[in-house]
Amino acid sequence: MEQVNNSALAVEMSGISKSFGSFKALDNVDFSVRKGTIHALLGENGAGKSTLMKILYGLYTKDSGEIRIKGEPCEIKNPKQAIGQGIGMVHQHFMLVENMTIAENIVLGNEVTKSFDRLDQELMNRTILEFGEQYGLEVDPEALIMDVSVATQQRVEILKALYRDADILILDEPTAVLTPQEIDSLILTMRRLVEAGKTVIIITHKLKEIMASSDYCTIIRRGRVIDTVKVQDVTEKDLANMMVGREVMLTTDKEEAKPGEVIMEIRNLTVKDNRGLEKVRDLSLTVRKGEILAIAGVDGNGQTELIEALTGLRKTENGEILVNGRHIENGLPLDAHRAGIRTIHEDRHKRGLVLDFQVGENLILESYKRSRFSGLFRFLSWRKINDYSNNQIDRFDIRPAGCAMQKAKELSGGNQQKVIIARTVEQEPDLLLACQPTRGLDVGAIEFVRNALVEQRDQGRAVLLISYELDEVFDLADRINVIYNGQIVADLLPQETDEQAIGLLMAGGTA
Amino acid sequence: MKKRLFSLILVLALLLTFVVACAPKEETPDGKSVALITDLGGVNDESFNQSAWNGMKQLEEDGFKISFVESEKEADYAVNLTNKTEEGNDLIWGIGFLMEEAMVNAAKEHKEQMFAVVDVGFEEGAYSNLVGAMFHSEESSFLVGYIAGHMTETDHVGFILGMEGDVMFRFQYGYLAGVAYAAKELGKDIRVDAVTIDTFGDTAKGKATATKMYSDGADIVYHAAGQAGSGAITAAKEMGKWAIGVDLDQNELAPDNVLTSALKNVDQAVYQISKRVLAGEDVGGKTFFLGLKEGGVGIAPSSDKHVPKDILDKTDAIEKLIIAGDISVPITQAEFDAFKADLG
Amino acid sequence: MKPILIRALKKPITAVLLAIAVGFIIGAITLALGGFNPGRGFSLLFTGVFSSSRRMMQVLVNAVPIVMTGLAVSFASRTGLFNIGADGQFIMGQVTGAILGYYVPMPAIIHPLFILVSAFAIGGIYGSFAAWLKNRFGIHEVISTIMLNWIAYYFMNFVVNMKSVKVPGSQHSPEILDTAKITFFSREFRTTAEGEAFLAKYPWLESVVRTDAGYAIIIMLLMTLALWVILKYTRIGFELRAVGYNFYAAEFSAMPVRRNALLSMFIAGGTAALGGAMLVMSTSHFISMLGATEGYGWDGISVALIAGNHPIGCLFAGLLYSGLKLGGTEIQSRLGAPTEIINIMIGVLVLCIAFAPALPRLAERLERKVEA
Repeated sequence: MEQVNNSALAVEMSGISKSFGSFKALDNVDFSVRKGTIHALLGENGAGKSTLMKILYGLYTKDSGEIRIKGEPCEIKNPKQAIGQGIGMVHQHFMLVENMTIAENIVLGNEVTKSFDRLDQELMNRTILEFGEQYGLEVDPEALIMDVSVATQQRVEILKALYRDADILILDEPTAVLTPQEIDSLILTMRRLVEAGKTVIIITHKLKEIMASSDYCTIIRRGRVIDTVKVQDVTEKDLANMMVGREVMLTTDKEEAKPGEVIMEIRNLTVKDNRGLEKVRDLSLTVRKGEILAIAGVDGNGQTELIEALTGLRKTENGEILVNGRHIENGLPLDAHRAGIRTIHEDRHKRGLVLDFQVGENLILESYKRSRFSGLFRFLSWRKINDYSNNQIDRFDIRPAGCAMQKAKELSGGNQQKVIIARTVEQEPDLLLACQPTRGLDVGAIEFVRNALVEQRDQGRAVLLISYELDEVFDLADRINVIYNGQIVADLLPQETDEQAIGLLMAGGTA
Repeated sequence: MKKRLFSLILVLALLLTFVVACAPKEETPDGKSVALITDLGGVNDESFNQSAWNGMKQLEEDGFKISFVESEKEADYAVNLTNKTEEGNDLIWGIGFLMEEAMVNAAKEHKEQMFAVVDVGFEEGAYSNLVGAMFHSEESSFLVGYIAGHMTETDHVGFILGMEGDVMFRFQYGYLAGVAYAAKELGKDIRVDAVTIDTFGDTAKGKATATKMYSDGADIVYHAAGQAGSGAITAAKEMGKWAIGVDLDQNELAPDNVLTSALKNVDQAVYQISKRVLAGEDVGGKTFFLGLKEGGVGIAPSSDKHVPKDILDKTDAIEKLIIAGDISVPITQAEFDAFKADLG
Repeated sequence: MKPILIRALKKPITAVLLAIAVGFIIGAITLALGGFNPGRGFSLLFTGVFSSSRRMMQVLVNAVPIVMTGLAVSFASRTGLFNIGADGQFIMGQVTGAILGYYVPMPAIIHPLFILVSAFAIGGIYGSFAAWLKNRFGIHEVISTIMLNWIAYYFMNFVVNMKSVKVPGSQHSPEILDTAKITFFSREFRTTAEGEAFLAKYPWLESVVRTDAGYAIIIMLLMTLALWVILKYTRIGFELRAVGYNFYAAEFSAMPVRRNALLSMFIAGGTAALGGAMLVMSTSHFISMLGATEGYGWDGISVALIAGNHPIGCLFAGLLYSGLKLGGTEIQSRLGAPTEIINIMIGVLVLCIAFAPALPRLAERLERKVEA
């Protein structure tokens, strides 16, 4: 990066180090952001990018190093001091009060009052609307948080920071929850903020968005800064390689699918959620052997309930689910298993793994009854289980190597997912349900997971992919079904459509 | 691994030597020693155990060495008795009839050790090293019955018995005789409702029974039903009637409604019997009954709060008659019938 | 030097040992505040346990019921259920032991086996009732087991109080038949001349003859081993542990989670009840009307906590607990200190052990300080 005058720098962090126990999360990191730019912080999960930003925002204290804000050295010990320095942060998980209005959430803690401590509702609303107009962050100040979309909640978070006079805005994985259209809109907002003289730092591992939005990008790998680059000088592939430290494939190579007979048929399925609302309504679809059927849709359109119905966790109201000719609606998880379904659940920690179990125990979680794992008197043979586990750990490159006796919670997200994939694939299911299988994973792990899914397809198995990310849908799908409001609204082939068209369908529009 | 095990053993061994070396030699007391083993209550139970411990403290003032162990569980009785035996005490007390089996077993096992137990009687000479301490509860019951007879305005009183049994019948017939004696003095008939509730623990049952008696017209109820009887006192409080307490001065449970209490002075039993044993008297195998004469039973000092002086004076006179043997208080149905016939 | 210390701090066993040490220190402070010499208190605590083989055996005998309830609590815990109901299950075992021990005459050997099996079944059903309530109506097991404790306690008093059961003039049920007793030597044996002669001949057997030592100890050891094997080496145990750590993942893995909750509580309840029956068959020989429960189940919760819910750990925790209790009696007996001090010590111990998981984290922080 070319030398710049210090006064042109909004943030200057130098020699930052931070350890958790024996683990060095950040090792002598230098990181500078120019005023009035969008600066991306790119890195794999656990690379240290969030840690660095949490230090800047005062959530962690650094072990060593210096921070200068707008050229002034300062110590930031807590978020309050960070806000005082004009730093605002929008977290991945929003921190909003569900049953308060947008306006109330924005001013919370900084209320404008008239005499006798009454809230000056009018002034509040006016300020919020002005901000909104200026930055393209239109919201209805009177609406309750629980009634508005995730994208709007994110806007509220940004407004909250702006309301506190932030001119350096940190956005932590801001696009993870958004539709393509919403992402475009967010990028527009970021541009306007920069035009107004603010500085934006986004933490992300999505290369496409960096290319679309950012001016600069700093790549962090294993707690060290690899490089800071001007985005217009590099390609997506360059960024990916720098992030992972080796050549990676951004798209999955796969042959033409050879769909075979129908494995699963869902007819007119209706499922209610816990509150009694119909989340899946009269839904029908078919999955064939040897194809990957992707269900594209925005989170909350019935995907969760559909999966729960398919896996025996939720009762259905109406309709049939036929797998290999067997009815499995209103069954138990065991019935789904017997019909030949195995699932990579979207919530690894809750449903996918027993985090306090060892890796080896997790690897046999669904197959512990097999005679290959027992010895004398059908007692479990830990020798056999360990042999098997070590074998699987080698085969699927689960790291750290030889982690059979380690607890699953000690593994990184990507390696945890590998454990699940190893376990699932090993059981040779007829139908593999993959729900957001790459959620929260970095490029390297994503590559692995996607290849594994394609490999299953190539072996003649059916894969039903549920994903909220269109990239993934287009990368993997042999056929795309769009789900909106509990129904399949379109059945398309990827080569006949594009992201924009699907995005519209996902949002309830017509193609 | 082996090395670690070895060092562990070494450390343990060192620790043990240290502890043993540090253990100060037990001073052998010149004076004699008495030990007390409580039942599940513990020495601060505000009941027999505490009363017994007070008797022990009196012994301490006389220069004897005293100690106690509280039993947390029934299974502890035997263990505590054995441990206390090994300590070399001159006398070991067990408190309460719940300890009967444990005391008998201990006496059989440790034939050289002298034991005594409160509220348990034995056949004369059954165990040569075990003394029983019982109370002439019928005498104190007679006195409170006498007071009740004089105080009743409805000529109707009640009696609640926790359990049937020889020991418990002493309360009943003593009380009945006392009421009858007063009725005779006053020249009227006094009705007595006597009910056995088959529990010492069920407070609700005690309360329900007393409530029934009060609504049937009784204005004074005497209970000999332990914890369950405190329910009767609650009933008296709620209905504004009189109750008569038992064993301890129960006035503080309901200061305006407990007329008097028939006391059982466990401390006196412990003190007096201990003195005799420690003096070298051969009392093994005997069961002592302590009555008014020995100060083993009596009426509560708080009686003067509610009982008029003239009635108390009469009660004192009756007490003297009992001590002198001029009134012989019945303890069985047959004796009671004879007593009534004598009264005429 | 320092790194070794820190590494040691990270080991779980260090945490337990440290917790024990802190428990002792606070016990010492309490003793001193009460005006008693802590040094003498502790030497009494140790001599109270180690001064004779009989006392050591007594610790073992006393440990049996609380190890059993400890096992009952920890086994359920390993499967994700907080079994507060060990007390009630234990009481059901006592009732079973006392009733079958007296009213069902049988030949020796068969009689105790029959009682033990029945007690296990009754306690098991009693325990799994709580699991059934959870499965069927979603009633949390903590609530239901607390209530079941009271029901068991009142049931015992009710049974003892029945005219046909209670020994007249007493507060307890009849003594069980000799065929139902499971001590190595009968209690009468110690008191007979024959027994004295036997002891004179084999003085090393004093600890066995003069305590209630019996087959209960062996059964306790077998149960500990069995529960450990079940958890570690069986498919059911694998399922139970999976459910315990993560109900949702176990459910999703097609394990029969509801049936397993029943099974887990059956085994736990049966184990506690076995403890109750064995107490009657070896020590108390009858059941009594009680003003409050004796709290064997509550002791079991402490034992399970100290043991970190590990079956083998329960064995040692139970011995520690019963040793402290017995030694504590000695402090009371000789120093006149109230038992409360011992109870405070045990309480602090449990508290410290509950705090122990924080220790490795503390060690990490220390480590960073040392490095800095």
